[in-house]
Amino acid sequence: MASDKAERLLNLYIMLLAQTRFVSKQDIRRAHYADYPDTERGDEAFEKAFERDKDDLRELGVVIEVGSLDAFFDDEPGYRISTDTSALPEIRFEADEAAVLGIAARAWEQATLARRTTEAMRKLTAQGVEVDSARLDLVPPSLRAEEPAFDAFWDATQKRRVVTFDYKRPGEQPRKRRLQPWGVVRSSGRWYVVGHDVDRDAERVFRLSRVQGRVSGVGKAGAYDVPPGTDVSAIAANLAPRTPDVEATVLVRQRAGVGLRRRASRVEEDVAGPDEESGWDRLVITGPGSDLAGEVLTYGASVVVEAPEELRADVLARLQAILEQEGVTR
Amino acid sequence: MNAAPHDSDRPVVHAAREQVARLLALVPYLHSRGEVRLVDAAAALGVDPEQLDRDLRVLFMCGLPGGFPDDLINVDLDALEGERIIRVDNADYLARPVSFAPSEAAALVVALRALAQSAAPETRDVVRRTLAKFEAAGQTAAAERVHVETAPEPGSELVPSLQQAIDHGHQLELDYHVASRDEHSTRVVEPRALTRVGDATYLDAWCHTAGGDRVFRLDRILRATELDTPVSEQASRTRELGSGWFADEGSATTVTVRLAPPAHWVTEYYPVTETRPGPSGSLDVDLEVASEAWLRQLLFRVAPHARVVAPREFAESFTASAREAVRLYTGPGVR
Repeated sequence: MASDKAERLLNLYIMLLAQTRFVSKQDIRRAHYADYPDTERGDEAFEKAFERDKDDLRELGVVIEVGSLDAFFDDEPGYRISTDTSALPEIRFEADEAAVLGIAARAWEQATLARRTTEAMRKLTAQGVEVDSARLDLVPPSLRAEEPAFDAFWDATQKRRVVTFDYKRPGEQPRKRRLQPWGVVRSSGRWYVVGHDVDRDAERVFRLSRVQGRVSGVGKAGAYDVPPGTDVSAIAANLAPRTPDVEATVLVRQRAGVGLRRRASRVEEDVAGPDEESGWDRLVITGPGSDLAGEVLTYGASVVVEAPEELRADVLARLQAILEQEGVTR
Repeated sequence: MNAAPHDSDRPVVHAAREQVARLLALVPYLHSRGEVRLVDAAAALGVDPEQLDRDLRVLFMCGLPGGFPDDLINVDLDALEGERIIRVDNADYLARPVSFAPSEAAALVVALRALAQSAAPETRDVVRRTLAKFEAAGQTAAAERVHVETAPEPGSELVPSLQQAIDHGHQLELDYHVASRDEHSTRVVEPRALTRVGDATYLDAWCHTAGGDRVFRLDRILRATELDTPVSEQASRTRELGSGWFADEGSATTVTVRLAPPAHWVTEYYPVTETRPGPSGSLDVDLEVASEAWLRQLLFRVAPHARVVAPREFAESFTASAREAVRLYTGPGVR
């Protein structure tokens, strides 16, 4: 079964590649789809199979050109594949660059894209690139996507195809959304999709982890254009608006608070601390104002803020609020 | 509520398309080499040899339309079955591999960009050079629709020096932070290799202090000094680092936490096993907690928007640490 279809796909590819002129659908049908009877249902089945096969070839990277067979009658489309657009451009890599490729090829942990990378690397090998994964001092970054909706949005983004999905904010009922996806973005460990919300007629960003159930493609590929000048990464940058950096002085118990120590700009050791249970060090750290309080808080009773006063007051207020809601009298 | 399995989770099988993809890489690979042993071609292309054998039998049936024997691609089946050698003729029009599909180019370029962000300055140049070649070949357009922000991984600056010690076969002295106790210790280890598991990079080593095999997360290594002492045979024993490598120390406890709206994001960030609506817009979520220290850090980070509903002891110990922290600010002799 599979090999019949594989044979047909490869033969179709070769037929269209060998031609300089456009090939008519009739000739294609006669050569590769002769099994489909000349009836209305047979016609329909042929059209379907032909569409699917063209899609399969496109997935492989083939560009199928559609043109007119006859300059005077443009009602009969013809097809061809040209080496100019469908052959891999010659790229020569130095040995260290090939090693980099070998490392980058291991970065994707998401299954579909791991496979896509493998396919890309196989084409480079076919072109003569010797991928020597001999060690460079490089550890591949880990590109992950735990969100089940990732595949569908990636695919729709690449094909420029409208999608619909149910979107649920915490504490709300899910709502159906229609989106022209412009791009996918990973920021702070989560994936987002950026695009044009068709019903709201506005640019929107959706968090993939809030997408419920199935993402369905609607209509054809290439159905819209991404507005020129759209900078997906700039939209991504707005996702996590950073408040201006604040410089803070904190006291940290000795042998604790490693995360803060790692990025301290100044350390003063063995200073007077709020208790005698351990020695204390004074650290100067810098970070976005909105995050700093949360970060300091995670260290509980191992870190005390000295300055600035707002940060100190904020951290203390949040600690006291824990006790108040537990009904603890101080 | 657990996410129900989605239809889209089911892997879609495109056996025919994948077979054609392999063949369209195999023929150009052979073209520049004449004849190749089946096992060598399989290894180079990352394909199982038996699969490659089956693929070749499909190739044998393909060729130019016309139906004459000369039109077909010639696969030397005797050589394939006998000496396990691949010889293919009459396929010159397949001499060049197919261009990258947009998704393929995007996947590779995004990976290279992430690598450029995370690489140490010494190696960043070669990554940039590689990327520039993709750009020059017009292969980066599809990647414009994808943006991955990878903050430089804490500890990645240690990779060159750790790798150097491994290459030299020298022992290392580490200042290492034990997260569950928020403490650090100094130890001497015999390094074996750097490995990535999940989203972190680890040094696999034999630890003299612990007297056993240990893995060290790079972002928790505060300092690493290469010693002159060569490693012993302990370091040369290779270890199979499978997924069972990090078997959980101790069992997990189910903890119910009540999240006020500002802390609802926790449900999207951490694996919660159950979610129920709580009073006044809050959510009650169940978390499997292996380390109480980890839970305490989370509760402090979102304070005061999360509290432990059950078990009681966890709630009490969290309140006790909050009280202790408040005392640091309000006690005598402060500042």
